[in-house]
Amino acid sequence: MSGVLLDVKNLERHFDGLKAVDGISFTVAPGEVVSIIGPNGSGKTTTLNLVAGTIRAHGGTISLGDTRIDRADSARIAEYGIARTFQNGRVFATLSVADNIEVGLHSTLHATRPFRGLSHLFLLRWIPLLGELFIAIVGTPASRRERIEIDANVDAQLHRFEARLGSRRDDPAYSLSYANRRRAEIARAMALKPTLLVLDEPTAGMNQSETAEVLEQLLELKAEGQAILLVEHKLDLVMKLSDRVIVMDGGRIIAEGRPEDVRHDPAVIEAYIGRRRALATGDRS
Amino acid sequence: MLDTLIAGLLRGNVYALGAVGISLVFGVMNVVNFAQFSFFGLGAMLAWFFIATLGLPFWLALPLVLVICGGLGLVINITVVRPLAKFLPLAAMLSTYAVSQILDNASQVAFSAQFRVFPAVLPTSNLQIGNMRFGTSDVVMLGTTAVLMVAMSLFLKYGRIGRAIRATSQDQEAALQMGIPVALVQHVSFVIASALGGLAGVFIALYVGVANPSSGLNIGLTAFVAATLGGLGSLVGAVIGGFVLGILESFGIHFFGDTSRQIIIFVILIVVLIVRPGGLLGKIPLISTEPLTGTFLGKGRPFRIPRWVWPVAFLAIGVLIPLTGNNYILTTGTQVLIYAIIAAGFTVTAGQAGVLALGQAGPIAIGAYISAALTLYLDFSFWVALPIAGLVAAIVASILASPIWGVKGHYISIATLGLGIAIVAVIQLVVPQGLYNIPVPQWFGTPLSTPTAYYLIDFGVLVVTLLVMFRIRSSHLGKVISSVGSDEVAALASGVRGRDYKALAFAISAFFAGIGGSLLAHQYTYIDPTIFTMLMSLLVVTIVIMGGVGLPYGAVVGSIILIGAMELLRFTPELRIMVYGLVLILVVRFRPGGILVRNS
Repeated sequence: MSGVLLDVKNLERHFDGLKAVDGISFTVAPGEVVSIIGPNGSGKTTTLNLVAGTIRAHGGTISLGDTRIDRADSARIAEYGIARTFQNGRVFATLSVADNIEVGLHSTLHATRPFRGLSHLFLLRWIPLLGELFIAIVGTPASRRERIEIDANVDAQLHRFEARLGSRRDDPAYSLSYANRRRAEIARAMALKPTLLVLDEPTAGMNQSETAEVLEQLLELKAEGQAILLVEHKLDLVMKLSDRVIVMDGGRIIAEGRPEDVRHDPAVIEAYIGRRRALATGDRS
Repeated sequence: MLDTLIAGLLRGNVYALGAVGISLVFGVMNVVNFAQFSFFGLGAMLAWFFIATLGLPFWLALPLVLVICGGLGLVINITVVRPLAKFLPLAAMLSTYAVSQILDNASQVAFSAQFRVFPAVLPTSNLQIGNMRFGTSDVVMLGTTAVLMVAMSLFLKYGRIGRAIRATSQDQEAALQMGIPVALVQHVSFVIASALGGLAGVFIALYVGVANPSSGLNIGLTAFVAATLGGLGSLVGAVIGGFVLGILESFGIHFFGDTSRQIIIFVILIVVLIVRPGGLLGKIPLISTEPLTGTFLGKGRPFRIPRWVWPVAFLAIGVLIPLTGNNYILTTGTQVLIYAIIAAGFTVTAGQAGVLALGQAGPIAIGAYISAALTLYLDFSFWVALPIAGLVAAIVASILASPIWGVKGHYISIATLGLGIAIVAVIQLVVPQGLYNIPVPQWFGTPLSTPTAYYLIDFGVLVVTLLVMFRIRSSHLGKVISSVGSDEVAALASGVRGRDYKALAFAISAFFAGIGGSLLAHQYTYIDPTIFTMLMSLLVVTIVIMGGVGLPYGAVVGSIILIGAMELLRFTPELRIMVYGLVLILVVRFRPGGILVRNS
């Protein structure tokens, strides 16, 4: 099937008998922005964690393009081209902002990581590791050229958030404000040049103006043709950004469609806003 | 066979008591308490002192020991552990390691290091069932433990504080919110644990018939493994783990001899950590509940070092001292340089990869023995043996450590501690008597045996080490390793396999540890297993933390202060260790980034 980037089929995951994700299926097309919404505990973040390989699925399949990725670990999935952010903004606290982004470039490097094709193999993985050590201590002409590319790429990613991170390039990430950490995290994820960007509540804990700023930046990414899968509670942002919205409740998908359709779906209103509110709005419409 | 089983039960009894203490404290504070280890030795020595020297009866001596150990535990908790445990469990663990060194050596100063015959206060073979002989002593030990364990479980189930202890170990925050006096709960747990440690110490002395201040470590490590086997935090698990381990060990010694003990324990530890990190009765920790991602020592910015400092330091250390220093200064300086090499190489593991390995004496010993053996028996030149020593240390240590990179937090420190001890135990098994007459280095036929020559060789190696460490730090690889130490889950999401980079960092550190070991061996010209103790590992950790855990040049400063100053002040070995411990506690408490790093 062409036109599908991410294909999730009958995905399942349980925690001690609790079915957090209960046989869901959905797709993301290239360049599409898909949001997952739903009440707390409905399985949204678990779904993201499964797609990004942070946790393993107990059933079903996940494919990226033609590649099955549900058995791969999250490092491998990053190499396949899925980059993610975390709900609470996990940056590398002791590294500078620029170095955080440079780590994001890791899976795109070649001259700096010789023989990297062997890094999945037991014992033979020491060949690329020692290769990296050799490059670090001695270096080759190719690795020095790649060094220049790394710096250029880091600057390019920093440029996205020039107003906020431009002056903080060499500051350690722990010194950043919460909102700036989230920005640095997105910049690090984008450094991977992902085919799919997975965002876990990118505006959690942000005020209105910060949220608006994140929306602007995500719209820019969307305009660049970046496919995005995100979990978000702020419906305003979801409605403005998404091509398609998936609504989850109790580990299942209860509705799916264009933002304006989902917004008026009675099942969604009931699950998301609650029965009383649903009755009230139902009276009016 | 039945005798071996009985022996196993009696050993297991002691381990169970110790393991319950460790598990109890871990449950309510989330800290692995090494100080507990010392109470075994301390309990034994105090009991010996009261009975053999003061002539007190056993029934009076025993409660005295328990009270003293409990009280000491309270002091330790108030002054050292609790202030750190809230924010930095890993730092608290390190501090308890220092406390245990201080206690062991204080007890050595007080009671002297020799083995004392423990008075036979109870008959040891007056009873018989079938053809199996045992004594009142054995019955009393097992009986006391049984009574204590029943009392303990009743206390935990029905007692007010007991219930508070259980609540605190399930969720400290929630317990605090519900008005449970968490501080009191932690103090009580610490007192109980310390008293149980003392009791276990008395029992082991009764059982083996001798007491020694430093005997606590081995028993403590075994008790810790028992607690891990049972599931840290689970008291029933601790008891089961203690007895299982006691019996396994007893049969191991029966079949393979006494030196195999530490190796058996280490193997069991590793198997548990890999197969079932939560232990038999504990829960397997989830990622989300993992309390110890990353390292505690990293925040705060290093002081900016002015450029002129480097050439000045180079001239002072590399030219001025060798030209003007007398033999004493140069010999001390050589020690400083060797430890600086080992510690600088260790910064990539402890500082960048965030792995607080506590067993660097292992790879140091490998390097020393390989270099000594190559030059002694195969006529290798020192200059060839030196890099081979580093390589072999790196390879062997990496192979042995390869199973542990999947485990996290406290466990990795414990596993490396066990690894260091196991390596030295294997060496002791193979070459128990040590190696003599290790050849001095030669330069085109001229022996380089003067203190100046040793000093200059080591200075050269240190310069190379620092250059390599700086190259690694500023490279992409260095940043990747640091990202793993900072947040392993986020690193994975960026395509960085944390396990691999931790293993590589450890291999780099083991390489320089091996180099340092080789240099030590050729300077001493004599080595035996007693040189490569836990103290050596502690020293490396202390140097690195003092100077700034991620800073290679900090290792040089730390080494100058801790080795150089101690030597020049002519402290006795025991006093020195106590000072190391104290320095470690103070630095971790007040300047966790090290003395060259501004607090943040």
